[in-house]
Amino acid sequence: MLEIRNLHAIVEGEELEILKGVNLKVNKGEIHAIMGPNGSGKSTLSKVVSGHPEYEVTEGTISFEGQDITEMDADERAHLGLFLAFQYPVEVPGITNKTLLREAYNTIARANEREELDPLEFEDYLVSKLEIIEMKDEFLNRSINTGFSGGEKKKNEIFQMAVLNPRLSFLDETDSGLDIDALKVVSDGVNKIATPENAIVMITHYQRLLNYIKPDFVHVMMNGKIVKSGDISLAEELEANGYDQMQKELA
Amino acid sequence: MSEETKALESMIGEEYKYGFTTDVEYEDFPKGISEDIIRELSSRKEEPEWMLEFRLKSYHAWLEMEEPEWFNATYTKPDFENLLYYSAPKKRPTLDSLDDVDPNIRETYEKLGIPLEEQKMLAGVAVDAVFDSISVFTSFKEKLAEAGVIFCSISEAIKEHPDLVKKYIGSVIPARDNFYAALNSAVFSDGSFCYIPKNTACPMELSTYFRINNMESGQFERTLIIAEEGASVSYLEGCTAPMYDENQLHAAVVELIALDHADIKYSTIQNWYSGDENGKGGIYNFVTKRGICKGDHSKISWTQLETGSAVTLKYPSVILQGDHSIGEFYSVAVTTKKQQADTGTKMIHLGKNTRSTIISKGISAGESNNSYRGEVKIGKKATGSKNYSVCDSMLIGQSCGAHTFPYISSENASSSVEHEATTSRVGEEQIFYLMQRGISEQDAISMIINGFVKDVLKELPLEFAVEANKLLDIKLEGSVG
Repeated sequence: MLEIRNLHAIVEGEELEILKGVNLKVNKGEIHAIMGPNGSGKSTLSKVVSGHPEYEVTEGTISFEGQDITEMDADERAHLGLFLAFQYPVEVPGITNKTLLREAYNTIARANEREELDPLEFEDYLVSKLEIIEMKDEFLNRSINTGFSGGEKKKNEIFQMAVLNPRLSFLDETDSGLDIDALKVVSDGVNKIATPENAIVMITHYQRLLNYIKPDFVHVMMNGKIVKSGDISLAEELEANGYDQMQKELA
Repeated sequence: MSEETKALESMIGEEYKYGFTTDVEYEDFPKGISEDIIRELSSRKEEPEWMLEFRLKSYHAWLEMEEPEWFNATYTKPDFENLLYYSAPKKRPTLDSLDDVDPNIRETYEKLGIPLEEQKMLAGVAVDAVFDSISVFTSFKEKLAEAGVIFCSISEAIKEHPDLVKKYIGSVIPARDNFYAALNSAVFSDGSFCYIPKNTACPMELSTYFRINNMESGQFERTLIIAEEGASVSYLEGCTAPMYDENQLHAAVVELIALDHADIKYSTIQNWYSGDENGKGGIYNFVTKRGICKGDHSKISWTQLETGSAVTLKYPSVILQGDHSIGEFYSVAVTTKKQQADTGTKMIHLGKNTRSTIISKGISAGESNNSYRGEVKIGKKATGSKNYSVCDSMLIGQSCGAHTFPYISSENASSSVEHEATTSRVGEEQIFYLMQRGISEQDAISMIINGFVKDVLKELPLEFAVEANKLLDIKLEGSVG
């Protein structure tokens, strides 16, 4: 589904390399977790894969569903079924969640020559997805993330993911800033969305999230590279010994 | 500058779409301003003596006044001796049928997307079309007459309803009010007059399309709207102008009078030529607009979407004289390229328990400069009064400016004034967020802007809201780089 080969990236216009040769392969039906200390490049990886204009790929390729997407605009990548749940969801005052999602859903449908939903059909569809994150109808008519609490913003990301039904989702520190109840709601939501037909890459600092969403693979990222891959036991090892210990071992 | 910002800038640098001129013959009239010119103008318009006196008095007042310079804009001052103070299409059409209207003029309207045929059919919209200085077309007159509503050109009103005009013209904005109001009072060419009798709701939205179409012709519109006790009216004004290199001056005066329990809603879409990339050409829009809530429980509401002109100086204001009267100002001002706008409002609270609301949204792009200037004054006797103001600015790109100049004074302790102001930048993060959801860059920007101005545009009458959206699209989208 996703294949990242020797990916190098910089912030546009700067020299400092942030990604220094990342390799990653994700197949459908898989759940991956990428862990790593602050500044290791985890969040940057999710932004580069989804086409953030701030970054420039200097070497390597990203292919998704058999297409090279390295140079594609963010909206085209979204049309192919790539989704990013933001670490800091952005506020857009004056535009409701519903408006955004209908526009997004129908744009993606058009791009894939699928049928668009009229406003009434779409309303029913949206409401049917609300239970995934245990939110009320009024959630739909609020301006995008405007005045939302931290927890609501993260729930909104998972709600959007449920509505847009992407093939591959990057969850960028979706667990950060969530209390235990909200974390449970969000993880349950993600587990409901996960199917054998789609894939999920979670980016997180903490092993805590992995108690709720069980990954098939765990990768450790340090200094712009994936330095170690394994199964859930790798996360447990990290939790027990910390990143420093692993860094020493690798060195 | 990043790619995103470049794309944004190219998008909003959309060429003026209405830059064409209509080939209509004009009467000869000498350039410049003098007592003789004013006498000639007044006599060509077959005006009564009192009108000529009003003009001459205003002219002498103007001569003693200084051109103002206190605003946040710089430009080459107009050469008043080189302006043409009177122009009118040569073939005066009879108003019996659309076929009598000059075909060129009709073509102009069609290019603007407002063919008269369609307007005629537009349910509930009466159109008094002002083409340059003379009204060329007036419709729905009979229906309005049935309700007792008078809606005609100001020239016609001077002849047909002299008592009303004499009583109210200059009563809200005296000739000495300011330099440009004095000039307008001396040489105003034409404009609209509207009178809604007692306890009458005007049966339709009233609208006028202004269009400057004569090179070097100063355009001095004069509008007077009177709503008697318990009357209500919604008036729409929209403007576009052709592309010329010479700066054109537009110094209109609009006066609104609302008596007890009367309600006047005045909406404007302004899209005059704003000059080219280098700031060459474009209209000077120096307008004085003011309404007086003369009666108790009366209400005046200004809504404006200002997108055009090279320089805009405009402060539609409300004098809240009657007790429990309400003043509102909803504004979206968009500046791009080298446009300069210094706009806002004045809410002068004189009566008891008066209320005013100000919602101003400024969008600046390119190398433009957008200032909000608002005065809220609560007088000694205006006990229990309230004002609420919100002034939000949005910046697109790095080279534009946004400024807020609030002037607030309250002379009694039982009143309250609330003022909020924010400045934000259309961020790459916002655009990326929406694009990540599958939305194109152009639609993403359009969404962000629409969200920003929503609180104001929802105040526009429905017929106008569609045009407003179209105009914002033209101004802010179109050519993704």
